[in-house]
Amino acid sequence: MANMDLFSDPVLTRESVEAVIDLAKRFKEEKGRIPVFMEVCGSHTMALAKTGIKARLKDYVQLIAGPGCPVCVTDQKSIDAMVQLSEEPNTILCTFGDMMRVPGSKSTLMKAKTEGKDIRVVYSPLDSVHIAEENPDKEVIFLGIGFETTIPILALTVREAARKDLNNYSIWMATKLVEPVLRALLSSEEVKLDGFLLPGHVSVVLGKQSYRYLADEYTISGVITGFEPVELLSGIYKLLVLQLEKRVKIINDYTYVVRDKGNVVAQTLLEEYLEAHDEVWRGMGTISNSGLVLKEQYAQFDAKKKFNILVGEPRVTKCRCGEIVRGLITPEECVLFNKSCTPTHPIGPCMVSTEGTCAAHFQFMREV
Amino acid sequence: MCLGVPAKVIEMEEQRALVDVMGSRMYVGIFFVPEVRIDDYVLLHAGQAITVVDEEYAKESIEEWRNVLDGKHGSFFRSGLNS
Ligand code: SF4
Repeated sequence: MANMDLFSDPVLTRESVEAVIDLAKRFKEEKGRIPVFMEVCGSHTMALAKTGIKARLKDYVQLIAGPGCPVCVTDQKSIDAMVQLSEEPNTILCTFGDMMRVPGSKSTLMKAKTEGKDIRVVYSPLDSVHIAEENPDKEVIFLGIGFETTIPILALTVREAARKDLNNYSIWMATKLVEPVLRALLSSEEVKLDGFLLPGHVSVVLGKQSYRYLADEYTISGVITGFEPVELLSGIYKLLVLQLEKRVKIINDYTYVVRDKGNVVAQTLLEEYLEAHDEVWRGMGTISNSGLVLKEQYAQFDAKKKFNILVGEPRVTKCRCGEIVRGLITPEECVLFNKSCTPTHPIGPCMVSTEGTCAAHFQFMREV
Repeated sequence: MCLGVPAKVIEMEEQRALVDVMGSRMYVGIFFVPEVRIDDYVLLHAGQAITVVDEEYAKESIEEWRNVLDGKHGSFFRSGLNS
């Protein structure tokens, strides 16, 4: 795909940076301050840091990382429950790799694995259904964290397990939805934003039309953006244009993968298997209907109904991930950043995850 | 967990497809993209193709951006943001 290469072309990237800076200067002249945009998705946070865009633009555009890293927004009690779940006898716990090193109050999945627990990192949740098929005498549990891009794949595993008549497969559902958390953030008015860079892959499932509430109810613009440097810059540029023209709009700037209506097959699957549920978010408490769980008729695949896991109150640390995911502070404002908290010795999930803001800042934005 | 690199579909079976991602080959699920055909590019997430890449739109979007840059933003303001 020859055209794709242009999205990361260095010359075009440089020109794009200049174009953004020009507009940002106009914004500052008009408003007496620099614009503030939030990138909702953790992969955007990583891409903005890795490509150097966040650092290059820092005097012109403030880019705040939002609540879009699934591991980071999972509350500590839920993490503790997952670590405890690995202690259950006769089980195989399957998870995405990101979860392995997330610190629980007492231990981590990695530690539990080195102590002999059967914990497997899978690339695809469907692999865990195969593992259940191959191990009929064991209970196989998938740790179901993720947003709308991942949730249909979780539903697909249940469909597959039901089709194969498996009674030893279940999911520990801890999913999160984008709309309720954006509504909570905007309603709290803790951060003042001039627009959103909307998550590329979540939008593949939801479609452009799903963001209308941002413009209609909160009069805030959003641009659905890809992950290459030119795409990120074009997204920021369009948010600036909207601001300067005093218009509020949702723009799809990732048209080659995101359709207006999203992925209808995925949406249908979600409706068939799942229903809304109140979820607890790190640093934000319970947000009503902000996650999806299996409907009652699929209760046999619901690990929370199969296993009775009780955990106490989490250990209190100085980790400020709860404020990071709300966009209130930068990692550098946490006293532990780059001191006792590093990727090799993470204190909080934001330093572990490949989509975590602290990890992004540590790897690509530290001033040396 | 997200991958932004499109994968090219090489072979198709009923439920899965063999794809090429920057030279490495793997099988991915195609449940979510019933419209997919051989030689299409797909976007992957956690072992599943989640959308078919529209190459025409990719071309258009890079051309539109080129125009914005060449027009020194002026044409962009006038044409409005219609996408
Ligand atoms: S630097 Fe570490 S301790 Fe501080 S907020 Fe980030 S993850 Fe938590």
